[in-house]
Amino acid sequence: MSTGTPKIHVRGLKKSFGNKVVLDGIDFDVAAGESLVIIGGSGSGKSVTIKCILGLIQPDAGTIEIDGTNAAGLSGRERDTLMSKFGMLFQGGALFDSMTVWENVAFRLIQERSHSRRQAREAAIETLGMVGLGGDVADLLPSEVSGGMMKRVALARAIAARPEIIFFDEPTTGLDPITADVINDLIVSVREKLGLTTVSITHDMASVRKIADRVAMIHHGQFIWTGSVDAIDNSGSDYVDQFIHGRAEGPIQMDIRKP
Amino acid sequence: MNPLAAVGRTFLAFLSSTGRMALFAGLGIFHCIAPPWYTRLVLRQILDIGYFSLPVVGLTAVFTGMVLALQSYTGFSRFEAEGAIASIVVLSVTRELGPVLAGLMVAGRVGAAIAAEIGTMRVTEQIDALTTLSTNPFKYLVAPRLIAATVTLPILVLVADIIGVMGGYVVSIHKLGFNPTSYLANTFDILEVMDVVSGLVKAAVFGFLIALMGCYHGYHSKRGAQGVGQATTYAVVSGSILILTFNYIVTEMFFSR
Repeated sequence: MSTGTPKIHVRGLKKSFGNKVVLDGIDFDVAAGESLVIIGGSGSGKSVTIKCILGLIQPDAGTIEIDGTNAAGLSGRERDTLMSKFGMLFQGGALFDSMTVWENVAFRLIQERSHSRRQAREAAIETLGMVGLGGDVADLLPSEVSGGMMKRVALARAIAARPEIIFFDEPTTGLDPITADVINDLIVSVREKLGLTTVSITHDMASVRKIADRVAMIHHGQFIWTGSVDAIDNSGSDYVDQFIHGRAEGPIQMDIRKP
Repeated sequence: MNPLAAVGRTFLAFLSSTGRMALFAGLGIFHCIAPPWYTRLVLRQILDIGYFSLPVVGLTAVFTGMVLALQSYTGFSRFEAEGAIASIVVLSVTRELGPVLAGLMVAGRVGAAIAAEIGTMRVTEQIDALTTLSTNPFKYLVAPRLIAATVTLPILVLVADIIGVMGGYVVSIHKLGFNPTSYLANTFDILEVMDVVSGLVKAAVFGFLIALMGCYHGYHSKRGAQGVGQATTYAVVSGSILILTFNYIVTEMFFSR
């Protein structure tokens, strides 16, 4: 793991929606080639954290640096250059339903006009191969493939332009355990093959144990525990223990009115 | 509750949403002008907005022209002014009914479709996905629709004008017994270039407004099926109201002395 400038450097990240404070001063670094997994309950601010880094949500305060460059305030070509370092796998896939599978995968290559349509199609089919899909799915529409295949196509789209950093938003949600494990294996294999830095958010502890180098737990808009994945079972944090064992009783209380 | 405060809140909310729409429109126009342009997407939208709207606009125009001839006849025959029917039909259709009715029909068909499509893309995170794929959603989704609708609606209205006048002609000749030659002569004598041009300018303005409302409400669609449904309704209602409002403004610009 690199000891130089972190790939992602976040300090004092804050975001509120109206009166609801979602992020309350988040600090973390992700080293090049590292896999950080953020865990936490629903509505704890996991998705907002990565959307702030991607520039999809404007934070209220804090700094975000990518390779030492401040991401805030970039526009035009500088912003495009920064975005070209990122890939994102959305929870629902977010595939463009009016396009075929190969057009989805090759979307960035076509838009950047770095490839002709024919070259882009070939590159898409090669990338589909990396996620275990054959060329026979290339001309299908997203509505014609299964949930697991859709995730794989979305993963192929995220890696097609060979980004340096990939964000995974609950990559195994809604999948059966076997398909979820296949997706976890794919994440590990593409990460190793392409030397990617990854930030994932998930509730799925099997996924955490498989894809994480380091785990951070978010609660009430702050990271309350960060440590190696091997240390998660002996974290010494009641919050982490409650979360990883999926217990209703403990320091984390859901806003549920008792009958 | 203070009723004045409620009126004030409503007025402030109206001003705020008008400001947001104006900023959205400004950004949309900027991306229409600044390269790169997505020519393929513009052409696809021209096909969707223009070609596939032809049947509904054509039907509206033909029946409007036919009814106009019939109604004018029943009214004007009382004053023995049947000779003015050709003038009434051609001026009403080219100046007002062609652009307004075509605009309203397209607002229903296309405005709703744009809002539903972009709204669905919003709630399924496809718009966020565009951003992460280094593609500006305004340039990719909004600008092609604004350009296509602004360019296409005048063509649709020109077709609607011809069909509407032909509808009036058919009824006048075959049902009311007018002489075809004198009917056509009356039609072309009264018609001036400015009558057609004003209608086409209106159509371009209406096209822009329809696409703008569809894109704006779709882009700001709230989560879930209800959010997309609401965006669709808002797109059609606000598009229709803006068409009627701007119809008056453009008419005032062209014909006020």
